[in-house]
Amino acid sequence: MPDTKRHIIEKESVVVKFVGDSGDGMQLSGSVFSDSAAMAGNDLATFPDFPAEIRAPQGTVAGVSGFQVHMGSEKIYTTGDLVDVLVCMNPASLKSNIKWAKKGATILVDTDSFDNKAIEKAGYKLSPLSDNSLESYNLIKAPITAMTKESLKDSGIDNKTAERSKNMFALGILYFIFNRDTKLAFTYFEERFKKNPKIVEINKIVIQAGYNYAETVEALESVIQVGPAKMAKGRYRNITGNIATAWGLLAAAEKSGRPLFLGSYPITPATEILMELSKHKSLGAKVFQAEDEIAGICSAIGASYTGSLACTTTSGPGLSLKSEAIGLALITELPLVIVDVQRGGPSTGLPTKSEQSDLMQALFGRNGEGPIIIISASTPDDCFYKAYMAAKLSMEHMTPAILLTDGYLGFGSALFRIPKVKDLPAIKPPIAEANDPDYKPYKRNAETLVRQWAIPGTEGLRHRIGGLEKENITGVVSMDPQNHQLMVDLRAAKVEKIADFIPEQEIDGEKKGDLLVVSWGGTFGAVHSAVKLAQDQGKSISHAHFSYISPLPKNTEKVLKGFKKIVVCELNSGQFVNYLRMKFPMPNITQFNKVQGLPFMINELTDKFNQILEEK
Amino acid sequence: MDFVNTTIERSTVQLSKADFESDQMVKWCAGCGAHAILAAVERVFPKIGYRKENFCMISGIGCSSRFPYYVNTYGIHGIHGRAAAISTGVKIANPKLSVWMATGDGDSLAIGGNHFIHVIRRNVDINILLFNNQIYGLTKGQYSPTTPMGKVTKTSPQGTIEHPFNVGELVMGAQGTFYARVPDNNIGLMTEAMFEAAKHDGTSIIEIMQNCIIFADKAHNDVIGKEHKDENMLNVKNGQPMTWGKNNEKGLILKDTLLEVVEIGKNGVTADDILVHDAYSQDPGVHLMLAKLAPPHFPMVFGVIRSAMFPTYDDMVEEQIKYAKETSKIKNVDDLLNSGDTWEIK
Repeated sequence: MPDTKRHIIEKESVVVKFVGDSGDGMQLSGSVFSDSAAMAGNDLATFPDFPAEIRAPQGTVAGVSGFQVHMGSEKIYTTGDLVDVLVCMNPASLKSNIKWAKKGATILVDTDSFDNKAIEKAGYKLSPLSDNSLESYNLIKAPITAMTKESLKDSGIDNKTAERSKNMFALGILYFIFNRDTKLAFTYFEERFKKNPKIVEINKIVIQAGYNYAETVEALESVIQVGPAKMAKGRYRNITGNIATAWGLLAAAEKSGRPLFLGSYPITPATEILMELSKHKSLGAKVFQAEDEIAGICSAIGASYTGSLACTTTSGPGLSLKSEAIGLALITELPLVIVDVQRGGPSTGLPTKSEQSDLMQALFGRNGEGPIIIISASTPDDCFYKAYMAAKLSMEHMTPAILLTDGYLGFGSALFRIPKVKDLPAIKPPIAEANDPDYKPYKRNAETLVRQWAIPGTEGLRHRIGGLEKENITGVVSMDPQNHQLMVDLRAAKVEKIADFIPEQEIDGEKKGDLLVVSWGGTFGAVHSAVKLAQDQGKSISHAHFSYISPLPKNTEKVLKGFKKIVVCELNSGQFVNYLRMKFPMPNITQFNKVQGLPFMINELTDKFNQILEEK
Repeated sequence: MDFVNTTIERSTVQLSKADFESDQMVKWCAGCGAHAILAAVERVFPKIGYRKENFCMISGIGCSSRFPYYVNTYGIHGIHGRAAAISTGVKIANPKLSVWMATGDGDSLAIGGNHFIHVIRRNVDINILLFNNQIYGLTKGQYSPTTPMGKVTKTSPQGTIEHPFNVGELVMGAQGTFYARVPDNNIGLMTEAMFEAAKHDGTSIIEIMQNCIIFADKAHNDVIGKEHKDENMLNVKNGQPMTWGKNNEKGLILKDTLLEVVEIGKNGVTADDILVHDAYSQDPGVHLMLAKLAPPHFPMVFGVIRSAMFPTYDDMVEEQIKYAKETSKIKNVDDLLNSGDTWEIK
């Protein structure tokens, strides 16, 4: 049903944001819309933007909830800086989101929600729809609430229920704007609400009504077409970082033959991992919602001792609480995966916003000498692989691993090319054999320095471990000075040797040049896009995005030495940059930081790169 | 009551005390009550009859918590206060282990109070040996949550101004299903309570009135000391009337809603009037009253005060997993990855 009467504008990528009150169903609109985009073959990334409060006062700026979709016929790396199409269900959502709209962006508003009271509540003095303040935008004023009710007048549902479907009317308008078949949306409801045909019917009516409205009013001179993206062959799905993390852990458990145990306490923005794993008891996952963060990790340590792939998931404040227990896991040399979905800190900070400010805590936030594995994920779908690798390295090298993701990765989604478990790398934990006459708790593999995992219940391997320093090999409690030095050195060397088992650091671009841009974790998309822009302009610039932080890839120093200048970009005050300076003291390492609870914008990065390149 | 727990594999050979003796030097002070607790454990483990590899001993921090090093089982010496959380993880992950926890009044009632009440509330099948010496021993003599009010210690030179916990009361308040109180000077009573705890499915708390010879010597002496025990200790047994005294002449009766001390043969009281102990009662009302009794007006009650049957957390975990495995379409991770909305790009 592509509309032939309208002029079609082809676009490589478009950013759409749905905003409204917390109760307006913006997350659902966004989900349906992005699902259809994926079905139509677009690459995409999504991000929900919701307040820290569950139900902030209705109609206020604090209560605005949003869902952003970036879709394209090209590879999509970020959820998009500025918005091409903004759907506003009330004045407050317009007020708080207009700053994200590109000049000339299409703004769709529900005029029924712009009464005097709502306008005042949003903090406007005059209605923004009538004071010409939106002149530079393509403003579509639609009486969405009234038309939604009208479209449902014969459906036999009450007015209030009908009104709640207004988000679907707006969605229908968008299907017209994007020249998209409404059947894609219908399928979404048909598949999910098989048992409730009334819901399917109502949503179909309203979506189609919205579509038809857009077609008739002729408010729109043109429609936008985003063609299918060129993507590698295979089976795809849309996935958020938190779900990908949960699934990566499940995959590692299956591959290693070690049952999955999760001991966690709910905390934003990590809770989805706990909720997701709770659903998968059919895969044998044992999920324990503990009484606090400390009990979460301590139960995981107990489970790890018994031979489980043990995990705990948290965010910054929870990582602080787990510090002492991480020390126990590292001195007992037990595997343990700690997932930190970082948020704005310190303290309670910005629970629903994103930051990269837990890196130093992950690296050094323990008493005593405590090196462990630190890995970070780059994109929502990458969370699957990095959770898998954290579990693999932790089990094979018998030491805890912290996986750093963040709120943007956790809540954000991307398309995920579904792997087959058989194609994932093997995981071979060093399980001790029953009745091994030579078994000693701290006897080590000569090459990797890894001790064996002797599982309770196994005949002939009874032993005790604990938080007191132990004599190497025998595992007997020891306060001997030389032994302590030896054990401290061995634990560090064991982690350092893991560099032999991780990939070398890759460089995107030339291996030598004027500027190397360094980043890590969830900033990948923005930094990659900004570097690519500069490269396309012919600048001598390359990008090294780090996933493995402790240990660093073996060739890190070599990578850094190929460039006249280095800039490390991160969403903190300079944590990775100082870690690099500590490891590789070089005068030419500079930094670019932002700590606003917001991701990098591509243009602020390119401005910075240009400035550095121009400096003599 | 015989063992109903068939989850844990039993030993095919008769084990002895020697099977559980560790080769480590026991470093508790001479005269410390913990030595007797260790002896009781080494005596009761072979009697319980599980494979020796199926015992797992977990502890926190404190004098009590050195315990895992001194008994030859699998074990973890954990961090301060967290033994209950570690034990919970061990038991959920592998219900085929008989999990024991050695802890103290500081470890479990102060720094680890949160984990202590929650493990009890969940009724995870672990056995907790709570060494109550009413003092912090390892840090050399500060008051603990069970130190009697007014006691002079190194951090209360003018006497403490805190109300102490009654362990039994705390256990019942947290919906505990098993609570026993035993003196450290009676290996027989300790062994008996430990055996009953092993039989009990659910969290078992054994409060051991333990003597710290250095920092709180004779703290329990007024009750369990040789010269006081006849007068002040009531050892209860399920199904037996609750009597004590040199000639078993004293007994407890329930008058109105309160317990009362009577003397058999006086004021028309006969042996038949004495309240009979029902440890298995699901209602904790009388158990709570018994746990709270103390001299001078009452005896202190010892033995298994409460042993009530309730479903255990670890059993329910297994049941939910079994049900999910039987009913879910998702049998492996490939199924999961391909579930829901997926599409092919050719």
